[in-house]
Amino acid sequence: MDKKEAAALKIKAAEIRIAALTAIHSLGSGHVGGSLSICDALAVLFGREMKTDPKNPKWPERDKLVTSKGHAGPGVYGALAVQGYFSYEELTTLNKPGTHLPSHTDRNLTPGVDMTTGSLGQGTSLACGMALGDRLKGRDCRTFLIVGDGECDEGQVWEAFAFASAKKLSNLVVLLDWNKKQLDGRVDEILPMGDYAAKLNAFGFDTQVVNGNDVEELAAALEKTREGGDKPYAIVMDNVKGAGVKEVEETEMNHSIPVSDDQFERWTAGLKAEIAKWEEEA
Amino acid sequence: MKIIYDGSMDPTQAKSLLGSLIPRLAAEDPDFIYLDADLMSCIGTLKWGKANPDRAVECGIAEANMVGVACGLAASGFKPLLHTFGPFASRRVFDQVFLSGAYAKNDITVLGTDPGVTAALNGGTHMPFEDVALYRTIPTAIIFDPTDMVQLEDVLRQSKDLPGVKYIRVGRKDLAKVYEPGTHFTVGKAVVVREGKDCTVVASGIMLHEAMKAAKMLAEEGIEIEVIDPVTIKPIDKKTVIASVKKTGCLVAAENHNKNGGLYDALLEVLAENCPVPAGQVAVEDEFGEVGPQSYLQKRFGLTAEHIAEKVKAVAARK
Repeated sequence: MDKKEAAALKIKAAEIRIAALTAIHSLGSGHVGGSLSICDALAVLFGREMKTDPKNPKWPERDKLVTSKGHAGPGVYGALAVQGYFSYEELTTLNKPGTHLPSHTDRNLTPGVDMTTGSLGQGTSLACGMALGDRLKGRDCRTFLIVGDGECDEGQVWEAFAFASAKKLSNLVVLLDWNKKQLDGRVDEILPMGDYAAKLNAFGFDTQVVNGNDVEELAAALEKTREGGDKPYAIVMDNVKGAGVKEVEETEMNHSIPVSDDQFERWTAGLKAEIAKWEEEA
Repeated sequence: MKIIYDGSMDPTQAKSLLGSLIPRLAAEDPDFIYLDADLMSCIGTLKWGKANPDRAVECGIAEANMVGVACGLAASGFKPLLHTFGPFASRRVFDQVFLSGAYAKNDITVLGTDPGVTAALNGGTHMPFEDVALYRTIPTAIIFDPTDMVQLEDVLRQSKDLPGVKYIRVGRKDLAKVYEPGTHFTVGKAVVVREGKDCTVVASGIMLHEAMKAAKMLAEEGIEIEVIDPVTIKPIDKKTVIASVKKTGCLVAAENHNKNGGLYDALLEVLAENCPVPAGQVAVEDEFGEVGPQSYLQKRFGLTAEHIAEKVKAVAARK
């Protein structure tokens, strides 16, 4: 990837963060930590890796995204607004009566959301079914599945991983948001899962571990998932919960937190300054 | 609609019907897809399934994942039918059916075999007396408890094209012959299998046969019961039930299910709001299943023609 493209992806990630924070700030609080941690992944997926058409969100041949950690809805909505699936104005309807942007992602409400998730673990099986369905229908497309590290507490995740491997779903790419924290604290203290990559390998995945908050590393890893073969792909994203906003990164309990007017102004000003810097670089 | 009930059992067992019907549905409809959780052998689909892995998805003993995969396939344009035993098709996967299925509007058909006492020798761990109660609380779900093989074939065939979550509970063995082959049933439309003036008996699944036996016994005493097959427990056919009890003045429900949350409760909701009449129930008391032959279990849990006849007399006396 050249410098220009890398800068463009960094800009997109920052724009997604601003959009996600705009949605959460309009409500006053929300799932800031886990939304911010996947913004770089969303930027690379929508900006580079996934085949999508915001004008035709139900296009059957599109690549699909299942955000199984459905509480990261604001992050996803940020990406969809940046991509033009709906207007920026809609972001401030988050969780308000009659909104198309509910706290957890819903395929029946939001253009560009490919699957309904929220009850943790369930999105993993749904993504397997979608990837299998596309393969059986002969569609040339892939399913990308974002799973939380805390979410891996759920047994259904491992049922789904075994299934993906058994059915050789090489059109499935699992992006594991290893951000080290869940609602009640550190993943390693609540229900330690050990080495995610070793587990995924043992389950039969073609697995990579990269810095998931680095768009260039992540883009390179995703390039390697295009090869087909007979294994599903996994990328363990060594992420920081709250990535991209230092104050949030440094907040230990940052799963769901308030966003005051001052914080919103400060955080988005910081992100805008970074965008200006990368625009100059590009 | 022609009723051919004469007390005889259909020589075809449900297992054998399912084993031939599921491959036929796959042959007829390229979008039909079948999933199982290591129980293909139990409904006679294993040989075909192994030869057709793209039409029969073996999921292993992982029911929650199977439901999710089925829902993902539905989102991809398929019409999934998934099978496992009743307790695993209801209790074990309730949240997956509720959210990944109904809430997310992924249309699936769930076949739960061996409901209630038909689990027989598999015993209490495999004996769902609460599956109907669970599915009744899922918005938009449709619940079938087929009373004969003709109905089983028809509702399984039409379920694949119906929207929402469909739940079919059926034993793998015998059912009485009730309907002429080729009979078509409608969701939410009950069938009056036998007319009578003294008491309405609504009986689902294996209990229809018991109700018809009770009708014969009671007729000898001059009591004529009206026997109704609800076809769907949800939605329940209010119109047919109301018309019947307006004539008979009382109602008995007979179901292979816990007394709480099943057919009787669905009927009581109709009666209470429209035409309160004396009513009673032949169902499993609030207790767990146990192991034994089906005939023993029907006696043990009070699911026999004799129990229905007794209940009819008790309820009719309160008119």
